[in-house]
Amino acid sequence: MRGNDVIVRTGSKWLSFIIIMFSFFIFMSGHNNPGGGFIGGLMAAGALVLVAVAFGTKVLYRLLPLNYRLVTAAGLLIAVLTGVGSFIFDVPFLTHTFGIYHLPILGETELATATLFDLGVYLTVVGVTMTIILTIGEDV
Amino acid sequence: MVLLHIAILLPFAYAVLVPLLYKSIKRIHTGWFVLPIPVLLFLLISSHLGDVRQGIISSYSWPWIPSLGLEFTVYADGLSILFAMLITGIGSLVILYSIFYLSKTKEAIHQFYVYLLMFMGAMLGVVLSDNLIVLYGFWELTSISSFLLIAFWYEREKSRYGALKSMLITMFGGLAMLAGFVMLYGMTGTFSIRGIIADAAAVTGHAWFLPALILILLGAFTKSAQFPFHIWLPDAMEAPTPVSAYLHSATMVKAGIYLAARLTPVFGGTAEWFWLIMSFGLITLFWGSISAVKQTDLKAILAYSTVSQLGLIMSLIGIGSAALYYGYGTTSQPYVAAMTAAVFHLINHATFKGSLFMVTGIVDLETGTRDIRRLGGLASLMPITFTFAIIGAFSMAGIPPFNGFLSKEMFFSGVLNAARMDIFIMGTWGVLIPVIAWIASVFTFIYSFIFVFHTFTGKRKAGELPKVPREAPLGMLIPPAVLASLVVIFGLFPNLVSVSLIEPALASIFPQFVMPGEQFGVHITHWHGPTTEVLMTIGVVVIGGLLFWQFRRWQGLYGRLPKKLSLNALYDGGLRGLDRFSARVTRGYMTGSVRDYLVYIFGFMIAVVGYMLFRTDALRYIGQGSYAEITIYDAALAAVVMAAAIASLFARERIALIIFTGSVGYLVSLFFVLFRAPDLALTQMVVETVSVALFLLCFYHLPKLKQEVSSRRVRIGNLLISIGVGLIVTLTALAASGARLFDSVSEFYVQNSFELGGGHNIVNVILVDFRGFDTMLEITVLGIASLGIFTMIKLRAEMLNPPAALRGALHKRGERAASNTSDTDTAKRRRNHAGQ
Repeated sequence: MRGNDVIVRTGSKWLSFIIIMFSFFIFMSGHNNPGGGFIGGLMAAGALVLVAVAFGTKVLYRLLPLNYRLVTAAGLLIAVLTGVGSFIFDVPFLTHTFGIYHLPILGETELATATLFDLGVYLTVVGVTMTIILTIGEDV
Repeated sequence: MVLLHIAILLPFAYAVLVPLLYKSIKRIHTGWFVLPIPVLLFLLISSHLGDVRQGIISSYSWPWIPSLGLEFTVYADGLSILFAMLITGIGSLVILYSIFYLSKTKEAIHQFYVYLLMFMGAMLGVVLSDNLIVLYGFWELTSISSFLLIAFWYEREKSRYGALKSMLITMFGGLAMLAGFVMLYGMTGTFSIRGIIADAAAVTGHAWFLPALILILLGAFTKSAQFPFHIWLPDAMEAPTPVSAYLHSATMVKAGIYLAARLTPVFGGTAEWFWLIMSFGLITLFWGSISAVKQTDLKAILAYSTVSQLGLIMSLIGIGSAALYYGYGTTSQPYVAAMTAAVFHLINHATFKGSLFMVTGIVDLETGTRDIRRLGGLASLMPITFTFAIIGAFSMAGIPPFNGFLSKEMFFSGVLNAARMDIFIMGTWGVLIPVIAWIASVFTFIYSFIFVFHTFTGKRKAGELPKVPREAPLGMLIPPAVLASLVVIFGLFPNLVSVSLIEPALASIFPQFVMPGEQFGVHITHWHGPTTEVLMTIGVVVIGGLLFWQFRRWQGLYGRLPKKLSLNALYDGGLRGLDRFSARVTRGYMTGSVRDYLVYIFGFMIAVVGYMLFRTDALRYIGQGSYAEITIYDAALAAVVMAAAIASLFARERIALIIFTGSVGYLVSLFFVLFRAPDLALTQMVVETVSVALFLLCFYHLPKLKQEVSSRRVRIGNLLISIGVGLIVTLTALAASGARLFDSVSEFYVQNSFELGGGHNIVNVILVDFRGFDTMLEITVLGIASLGIFTMIKLRAEMLNPPAALRGALHKRGERAASNTSDTDTAKRRRNHAGQ
């Protein structure tokens, strides 16, 4: 039973985008500033939950047809593969490296393998949070 | 040559083949295929006799676990050969007998022969092993195979009861014995029996001498059914009669005797060994013979008689061990004679008791009962069996010219010598020994006569017997015939045995007394003048005869003995009490209430950590660290957190509870802000939000919070425990922060975060780079948690509303469970449970 909550819906439209952007920002800047995969993932999940609360889960699924259990699995896989990747270079498991490169548009940019690992964390956290909340939410 | 190893392992190897033979060759009784094995082994072992007599002891060693000093060493000296010959010889006869005793169609005879072969191999292992641990292994194997054989007719409740009882008692003794063996190892540094005998002086003077002695004797006494552990033997009579004849008269029950004789060179010559073995043996002898008289079941008579005869042998070993006190010489001669009597009676007992059991089996099979009150007048119907019974029983009673008479005479001279002993604080009490021995012999005489004459003479009660009695088939008569003729031959020509078997056995019991190649001069004669022993025997015959004649007049005396005081009642009551006690203990603390378990956990934590804080004097570190200054923000925030925490205790509704705990969470994130942990603050904030939302989601569906009605005692207990935990944790934290011994590792991270990790956010670099492994596993934990929630909720939904196919299966399972309960056994068990 959903009332005429236009304000909520209009607000969430904007807010969820802003939150997603912010979560991305936090994720990217995590290496040098407060933030990282964990908190970024939680925030992204927060944005998705906002959509689900304002529009209902069906809308969320239509908007973003994702199986969040697969998102979790993908995140874990990325994290593990990042670690395994170090074997190729004959270094111990989960050895990271980084370098500063000159990229066409971005200019001086630091690229680190740790970011890939953090991406795994990010996806896992999104998947986990959404699985939990949607499972419980759909059940009741 | 490793013939002795083969001798031990052959029965085990052959046992594997027995079921195959049973399945593939149905026409021939499987026993015929088993029979060659013990015969072969008997011949093999007899071939050592000549060597042993010349003092050549064959010994072979196989490494088993050399690093632990465990070697599968076998050796054959006089004592081992004597026992091995008993085992294989009587084993052959018993297998021959069992071929006619057990039906090849009605019984699971393949199992029977597998167990029997297993037992034979294990028993050979016990007597031929030199290594104590190997000996122990075989010892337990005999217990297990005996357990299996007693419960051969496992569908009978009494068989199961008897098997369990014998198992519990002999295993108890076996474990005690193992402890004793380990102590012997501790004293001498070797597991080899010969090594220990060579180092006997180290044992006698050691502080562990007495404990080791008692523990080992516990093993010997339980196995050999000595008082008060004899109670398993009468109940083991539920086994098939060949098993009773073999295990419970001739071989397994003599394992304890073997052990006592084997370790006499180690422990012998001390007052403790002498007194324990001699007195327990005498008590067993006395009690067994008195109990045997009141039995009405033939096998029960024989069981108690076995108990009593084993006591006799045991007491003779005790008396004989005194010879080691004196050392070699004329003073020790009487005691060596006592040991001779022990060995001689051991052989005699195996022969006559084996034949008596076989006679019982024949009577049982031919008449359908073993109850002497229903038997009688069988002599004319079964004349051959009657003859064997007479020979066996007269030998057991100690009547000339059978071998029992000789060993009984030697026993009397042994106890008379013991009474004259002036060592081991014997004093005047020594006079009691011959008196007890004499009374026991009188009772032995009585039950032997009851056995024969109440079964075979008197009025024939043909109407009461389930079957028409007639003489047994020839094959069944051969084994008791062999044993009975041995009884006569050993009685008439005792020196056949003394030269071939007893002298080498004595040489291994008293290795100090003979030079290699020499022999003990054992000479057994029938008549050695009008001595006290002869007078005692005449007394036994006269008094015993009188008492037997008047048996009906005084047998009522036995009914006067209170049943509650019997050892069986003690055993049964003890087991029941143990059951009840453990059930009560378990019920007492396994309440099923989580609150109670938390009380145990927290109580344990308070006690252990508190004790350690006190014990190590850790509290002195409190206040020694360098503390940061407390700002007004810290104080204010702490006050608010405390207020929220305390408020949550008094919340009367869930929603309030959630809000209070949530506010504690947000305040903690403020603490993180205050203590400059932005990552933590962010995470804490979002996680708190998510968890509060989840709480709200779940608790929305729960019924309203109810005031829990709990007793004052419980509430005070909760209060005390939570105060205790808080106090302990606080004190530990304070003490730990005051006693910081090393610098923190964090300086490394601060300096190298950018150098090595390429990031300025130290926390993040630690999480993904320095200690990324932890993070990886943590996200795995998250993944598992989410899958767990998903499974729980989705599967629960399916169970609430199961699809049709699943519902049918569930229904069927329920039906099966219901039909199970109607089974009487299960129902009874359930009732027992409910009753407890």
